[in-house]
Amino acid sequence: MMRIPCPHCGPRAQSEFIYERTVDSVVPLDAPSQEAMTKLFTRTNPRGVDDEIWRHTYGCRAWMILTRHRVTNEISGCRAIGPEALP
Amino acid sequence: MINFSFDGKAYTAQTGDTLAAALLRNGIGLVGRSFKYHRPRGIMTAGVEEPNALVTVGEGGRAEPNTRATDVFVYEGLVARSQNRWPNLNFDLGALFSLASPMLPAGFYYKTFFGSAKRWMLYEYFIRKAAGLGNAPTQADPDRFSHRAAFCDVLVVGAGPAGLQAALDAAEAGKRVIMVEQDNILGASLIRDPQELDAAWIETTAARIRAAGGRILTRTTASGYWENDLVTLTQRLSEPGQTPTHGVAQRLWHVRAGQVILASGSIERPMAFAHNDRPGVMLSQALRSYVRRFGVIPGKRLVIATNNDDAYKTAQALKDAGAQIVAILDARPAPAGANSGHRVYNDAVPLSTKGARHCLKSLSALVDGKTMEWDADLLAVSGGFTPVVHLHMQAGGTLDWNEDAQAFVPASSRQNVTTIGGAAEPQPIFKMVPVSKPKKSFIDFQNDVTLADVDLAWAEGYRSVEHLKRYTTLGMATDQGKLSNMAALGRLAEKQGVAIPEAGLTTFRPPYTPVTMGLIAGAGAKDAGAHVRRLALYDLHAAKNPIWQPLGYWFRPRSYPNGGETLAQAALREAKAVRNNVGMTDVSTLAKFEVSGPDAAAFLEIICATTVSKLAVGRGRYTFMLREDGIVFDDGTVWRLDENRYLLTSSTGGADRMATHISYVRQYLCPHLRVSAVNVQEHYAGLAVAGPQAKAVLAALIGEDPPRHMSTVPAVISGVPVIILAASYSGERAFEIYITASDAATVWAACETQVNALNGALYGLEAMEFLRIEKGHLVVGGEVDGRMTPHDLALDKMLNKAGGYIGASGLSRPALSEPGRRQLVGLEAIAGDIPEGSMLIPSEGASPQGHVSAAAFRIIEGGSVALGQLVDGFSRHGEILIASSPTRGQKARVRVAAAHFYDSAGERYRD
Repeated sequence: MMRIPCPHCGPRAQSEFIYERTVDSVVPLDAPSQEAMTKLFTRTNPRGVDDEIWRHTYGCRAWMILTRHRVTNEISGCRAIGPEALP
Repeated sequence: MINFSFDGKAYTAQTGDTLAAALLRNGIGLVGRSFKYHRPRGIMTAGVEEPNALVTVGEGGRAEPNTRATDVFVYEGLVARSQNRWPNLNFDLGALFSLASPMLPAGFYYKTFFGSAKRWMLYEYFIRKAAGLGNAPTQADPDRFSHRAAFCDVLVVGAGPAGLQAALDAAEAGKRVIMVEQDNILGASLIRDPQELDAAWIETTAARIRAAGGRILTRTTASGYWENDLVTLTQRLSEPGQTPTHGVAQRLWHVRAGQVILASGSIERPMAFAHNDRPGVMLSQALRSYVRRFGVIPGKRLVIATNNDDAYKTAQALKDAGAQIVAILDARPAPAGANSGHRVYNDAVPLSTKGARHCLKSLSALVDGKTMEWDADLLAVSGGFTPVVHLHMQAGGTLDWNEDAQAFVPASSRQNVTTIGGAAEPQPIFKMVPVSKPKKSFIDFQNDVTLADVDLAWAEGYRSVEHLKRYTTLGMATDQGKLSNMAALGRLAEKQGVAIPEAGLTTFRPPYTPVTMGLIAGAGAKDAGAHVRRLALYDLHAAKNPIWQPLGYWFRPRSYPNGGETLAQAALREAKAVRNNVGMTDVSTLAKFEVSGPDAAAFLEIICATTVSKLAVGRGRYTFMLREDGIVFDDGTVWRLDENRYLLTSSTGGADRMATHISYVRQYLCPHLRVSAVNVQEHYAGLAVAGPQAKAVLAALIGEDPPRHMSTVPAVISGVPVIILAASYSGERAFEIYITASDAATVWAACETQVNALNGALYGLEAMEFLRIEKGHLVVGGEVDGRMTPHDLALDKMLNKAGGYIGASGLSRPALSEPGRRQLVGLEAIAGDIPEGSMLIPSEGASPQGHVSAAAFRIIEGGSVALGQLVDGFSRHGEILIASSPTRGQKARVRVAAAHFYDSAGERYRD
């Protein structure tokens, strides 16, 4: 079980979090049909570092983007998203 | 003196005995039968690596099968039974398999799969009967299993000399220390070899660790090493089959450690020679443990076979205890231990043993090229030492090859873990090669794999160690190859003509020793697997003794039977009350979201596939939501309560999913919108009043004319502020009343008084189903089944033409509007009752063209009607089909119709 550095709560056990999807599979609201389907059904699935959307469901309930190595589980970054995180 | 029983016979044990020690103390050599050939087996080790002595301990729900006799401490009244034998351990018919062993080679199962199916059907019966271990208990486990989380700076695994010293150093340096030991006493190798550091040292060290704040857990196994230095510990608070003192049988710890020190020691290796699995053949260190720790000498005439110095300590221990050392067979060519006072043969490698079912009688060995034979009833073997690197490897570590010890030792790790003691520096040994005939030279004792099986797999082309493992089942038993893997690897490397490290290794996976399923489930077992959410008005309903129905995490009244009414009778009475008069029901569980802010309408038009912004204040409308691929996934209503404030409802079962969806859209896709979307599902309780008299009920409650259909007003009932939504699911004039949950009882009571005054009734989910099916309204999970587009459900005219909602681009895929899709239809029975879940076929034997998603009947007139999904159903109204349910043996002839059977113009609720 990984330890995930929640940007709001600090390091917490993975069991408090739920994985949503990879960042590259997010379908933008204005995506044309072809692009939307590619996002939904074609995965890059890299053997290495990837950006993933997680939610601290059993904690602060905030969403975040986690940068994780998919082989070693090494987490190299975690940043908050949402209205409060807008520049 | 402790009383216990084995296979129904009473025996006594000494305090501190393991079951294995107690059995040996009572002269019991034969303890189990092997997995495949049913060969008689005894006790081989004194630890968790035991492959042979597997027994079932305990009775009823507490029975624990496949328990290693070496890993259970005897308690008063312990009941143990041997396994995999019939009719009994001494006379086992299954042993006939041993005669058939030439027919059961490696890969036997795979080979039968390639034969004709008939052959497999024949074998399967016998294989299932013959192969196997203990039986799983059929009763529920009466004990509790608990989970606990802990943190520490240093976690020390293993309380041998290295572990104790490391724990002491860390604790006295002010670190938070947890030390775990799988045995019930500390010391590990010091227990059998107390020469240098004795029991007093162990006691003092443990006391100093505790005094410095360290925590010592005995009978606790570090069973798994996970990410970020998380180690799971399994702690036995009672022995297998024992009634726990405080109800808790075992505890699962999640320990997040700053640093982990593995002092897990090593496991002695057996040697491969013919009939090396006979009771009476033991590992050398194990024998020393039985003599020194338990005072048990399981034989009179001992032969030792070794390739290292350690076994000479066993000779000394046995000599001290008074046993006769017949010979020491040392594989090393040069004399070693020449001055030990024993008869030592050099360049000596065991060949075979002879004996009876439950004992050893003699053995032979190749000594300097010549075969020699000795009479003996006990053979101690030491084939070297395998460091316990399981946790190191689970942590993502790598291994180095130690040529002197012929063993893999921990190298680097990407986690904060170090290995010390015997696990890091195993004793040097002499590299020896088996010289016996490969048949009956067992290497995996638990799965009955011999050298011959490895040779056969090699001959059949299995080159990789991973293939070898799966083909022969080597290392796949409950001991996970603790004794066998190195022997197999040695043989494979020999065949390949490479060094052992080049032959490769299989993966070390948790758990280190078997873990009971109950421990993993913990308090989440049984009913606690899913939490129960209670209605705000639960007590009010319960007082009426309804039939309950689970709905997601909720329980809702299914109907309220009067007297001796059946469910069907009660539900029909309730539904008739709604059609003829008035009824009321609890709708609190519907998903509800309050969406407010200047961009609330824009946000809702992203979530919902219908228009929202055109709603006037005080008005509402039906809506539905799409997945990104264009499929409908939920529906509900949206109401404009105020200029910038909306209430969105959706299905009960999809409530959590919808909450997550809304949060994702708001937080990830639309962080720039000025909107707040709050889940108010449990903030508001809700009740619905439906029927021709509903308007009268509402007028009496709020003292004014109730809102017209699809309108909403705030009101006050019995002094409680409420929100009234005029919406109909039943097909009658209906109102939903939402109340702050804590005030709901007052409003419910006022409403019930009015309903009763008009001879109305309470109705539950069953009546609601009847009403909505007759009306042709959808239910999420029924008609909305994750495959239907808005067009398939005849909702496409309501789609927001401007697009911009989630699923708009997915919905534009051409395949979603091609002919041949299943579409929503109504079905009327011509003969028979339509079975729910049945398939729709044009004639007997034809392929299904659709199915029935919900079936009920006309509430007033009678007659079976249903909703279904039929290929190109919109253009097939009037067609006759068969609704057939072969699994229930029911069928009905049906006519395809429009999907509403009641008031299709909506005149009953419109103004």
